[in-house]
Amino acid sequence: MSEHEYVPKSKAAKWFNDRLPLLTLGAHLTDYPTPKNLNYWWTFGGILTFCLITQIVTGIVLAMHYVAHADLAFASVEHIMRDVNYGWLIRYIHSNGASMFFLAVYIHIFRSLFYGSYKSPREVIWIIGLMIYLLMMAAAFMGYVLPWGQMSFWGATVITNLFSAIPLVGDSITTWLWGAYSVDNPTLNRFFSLHYLIPFLILGLVVLHIWALHVPGNNNPVGIDIKKPSKDTVPFHPYITIKDAFALLVFMIIFAGFVFFTPNVLGHSDNYIPANPLVTPAHIVPEWYLLPFYAILRSVPDKLGGVILMFSAIFILFVLPWLDTSKVRSAVFRPIYRQFFWILVIDVLMLGYVGAMPAEGIYLVLARVGTIYYFLHFIVVMPVVGYLEKTDPIPMSISEPVLSGGAEPSLARKVNDKV
Amino acid sequence: MIKSNLKLFVLSFLLLISLRPLQSAEMVDPIKVDWSFKGLTGTFDRASLQRGFQVYKEVCASCHSMQYLSYRNLGEPGGPEFSEQEVKAIAASFEIEDGPDSQGEMFTRPGKPSDKFKSPYPNVQAATAANGGAYPPDMSVLVKARKGGANYIYSVLVGYEDPPPGVTLDEGVYYNKYMTGNKIKMPNNLMDGLVEYADGTESTVDQMAKDVTTFLAWAAEPELEERHKTGVKVIIYLVLLTILVYLSMKKIWSRIDSEV
Amino acid sequence: MSKEEKKVNRRDFLFTASYTVGAVGVGAVIWPMIDQMNPDKAQQALATTEVDISSIEPGKSITVLWRGKPVFLKRRTSEEIAEARAVKLDDLPDPQKDEDRVKEGKDEWLVMLGVCTHLGCVPLKDKGDFNGWFCPCHGSHYDVSGRIRKGPAPTNMEIPKFEFVDNNTIKIG
Repeated sequence: MSEHEYVPKSKAAKWFNDRLPLLTLGAHLTDYPTPKNLNYWWTFGGILTFCLITQIVTGIVLAMHYVAHADLAFASVEHIMRDVNYGWLIRYIHSNGASMFFLAVYIHIFRSLFYGSYKSPREVIWIIGLMIYLLMMAAAFMGYVLPWGQMSFWGATVITNLFSAIPLVGDSITTWLWGAYSVDNPTLNRFFSLHYLIPFLILGLVVLHIWALHVPGNNNPVGIDIKKPSKDTVPFHPYITIKDAFALLVFMIIFAGFVFFTPNVLGHSDNYIPANPLVTPAHIVPEWYLLPFYAILRSVPDKLGGVILMFSAIFILFVLPWLDTSKVRSAVFRPIYRQFFWILVIDVLMLGYVGAMPAEGIYLVLARVGTIYYFLHFIVVMPVVGYLEKTDPIPMSISEPVLSGGAEPSLARKVNDKV
Repeated sequence: MIKSNLKLFVLSFLLLISLRPLQSAEMVDPIKVDWSFKGLTGTFDRASLQRGFQVYKEVCASCHSMQYLSYRNLGEPGGPEFSEQEVKAIAASFEIEDGPDSQGEMFTRPGKPSDKFKSPYPNVQAATAANGGAYPPDMSVLVKARKGGANYIYSVLVGYEDPPPGVTLDEGVYYNKYMTGNKIKMPNNLMDGLVEYADGTESTVDQMAKDVTTFLAWAAEPELEERHKTGVKVIIYLVLLTILVYLSMKKIWSRIDSEV
Repeated sequence: MSKEEKKVNRRDFLFTASYTVGAVGVGAVIWPMIDQMNPDKAQQALATTEVDISSIEPGKSITVLWRGKPVFLKRRTSEEIAEARAVKLDDLPDPQKDEDRVKEGKDEWLVMLGVCTHLGCVPLKDKGDFNGWFCPCHGSHYDVSGRIRKGPAPTNMEIPKFEFVDNNTIKIG
């Protein structure tokens, strides 16, 4: 927060601001002191905000033309694609936008893991972020059901059946979720309703996420606490806004590449076949962003065990701030953890890859190895390495030479270049 | 240090990707055709689309519906672009059921451009029953609904062969090199000279397969040409704006002693 | 111009250019979001309706649906036509000759959108002070040619595009 209180210049503005301090809020957001060494991995917060707004706007538009009925949903999507003015553009932005949203959120999460942004005093930011991530998965899953193609139908069937693994009440819960005795029209209707609701819940959590961020301020690549405002910080506007804008534009070029030139490459061709409760497609796969969890689910031969493990894979992240015992935030100064970080990245990519493959032979072996490492990383590696690791010397500030240890004077900048 | 990590990272990923061919060894890859609608600026070949519609109408339409298309689509930009008169004539050549009239009766009348393509069967069950238990899929989005897209459809159309020794086929089942599982219930309907093209093109099996596949590719993605055109403009625009914003950013950050 | 000033100018130019180009892009994105609410291609294509008029007796009328709106088709008697043509144009709020509201040679057929030009209600037939239509919503009176005579409606009821396919069939649209 800025040191001095904001005072509006005009009388009218002051009158308004005394009653609703929107101008103070605006001034706070504009002047918000931000570490000046943030690299491009820090631009994904802004990119994610863009993704959310894009999904909400295009989603509201699509809902004006979509019909949530088992007999009409598929046809209404074709109607959007063929007849509605710019309907194809809006739908392709929405469907590819989901993938871009997840791409950005994964980078955002791994950035946090690398630089220790989840550590004290930012645990609440991290936990709210995970809640957003969970809601994103729910929204994406339900959104994928709406076109009522084969993958929609069978994806919905498989995912809702996960709940039948719960002992005693599992079947009742599944039937309750469906509102029928299989995935059917009532299921589609409620999924549409919830799919419309969730983005607004996410929006609310995003406000909290940013609020929680503005209390301690940004972490930074060096991971040290900095004085604000100081020589180590720049005002959010124009320095960070212009940088975010640049990164966003690069992101948008990639986004546009998908939308205009390969709009269906991230989807599955079977979803252009209308839902048929009598025939299951040969290979059921979720959207790419859920594949690692799918691999974990399938790596366990037990139904309930698989479901528990899959949910644990997400929920373990909630206690991550307390599993990490290291006093140093940024992996830049943690030579051992840094190795494990990249192993985790490869592990998750591998899980994603085997999640798309049939669950047999080498893929099943890889899935099991990957699953075991995933949990070992958080349960064993994080606490033990944090405890034993001899970290590199840390600079005292971003802009000033290091006082302790033998690290190079301009370490902060070097960090920037490397990552 | 980070660099060596990245190398490890890239290597492992390449290793993973190279595992891929193992699983699809028994499938024959579809024939790769150099379609005019491929690529960033691809467009449809109008003459081929018009011929393809003729093949659809005279051959495929007796079993396959295209229920999401309307006759008016045939005259819209980016498609076969038949003239308004031609579209009206095509539509009028079909008897469409309409109604109820003021007496409450259904009646038939000549088609109008606003009508949807007439389906050969009243419903999926009738189509299935009439075709030996195999539903001839609706072809409106068929190209998008098959892995391999246009290449796959074309390959299946020209992929009929005598079954290899040891493969026995039931009555009404045919062997196709490219069809998933190699067994197909659709007989080989294309033979040289089957349709008489209005533009004098020789109607070989290959020509007809290409034309009708082109037509189906358009039917599945009627927005393709507009999408490509808009896409090129959007990318050029974004690159231009990105450069401007990049230079602005450099300027702004030059005020302080840090690099962007 | 000093070096310093040049620098400032270039900076200004850059920022102005960025903002301008950016604003153009935002505008270009907003248009599809607005245009998607306009009638889609399927709606636009449903432009025509054909009506069989062989069973309508003189003095009677029928109502058909065209583009979601009622269309009145009235076969007028010669007295009604004479009455409509006897009105002085000066007495009309929206002066228009009856001849201009019908097809030449088919004077008995009045084909018009049955929508009150005030706020879109459907007027009742054979009601009102002028032997024509009366809108119950806010009291607009139309004559036997569908012209506004009294009340809040500003203009005559609209004549849609139509043509006679043959003596017994009218195509609207």
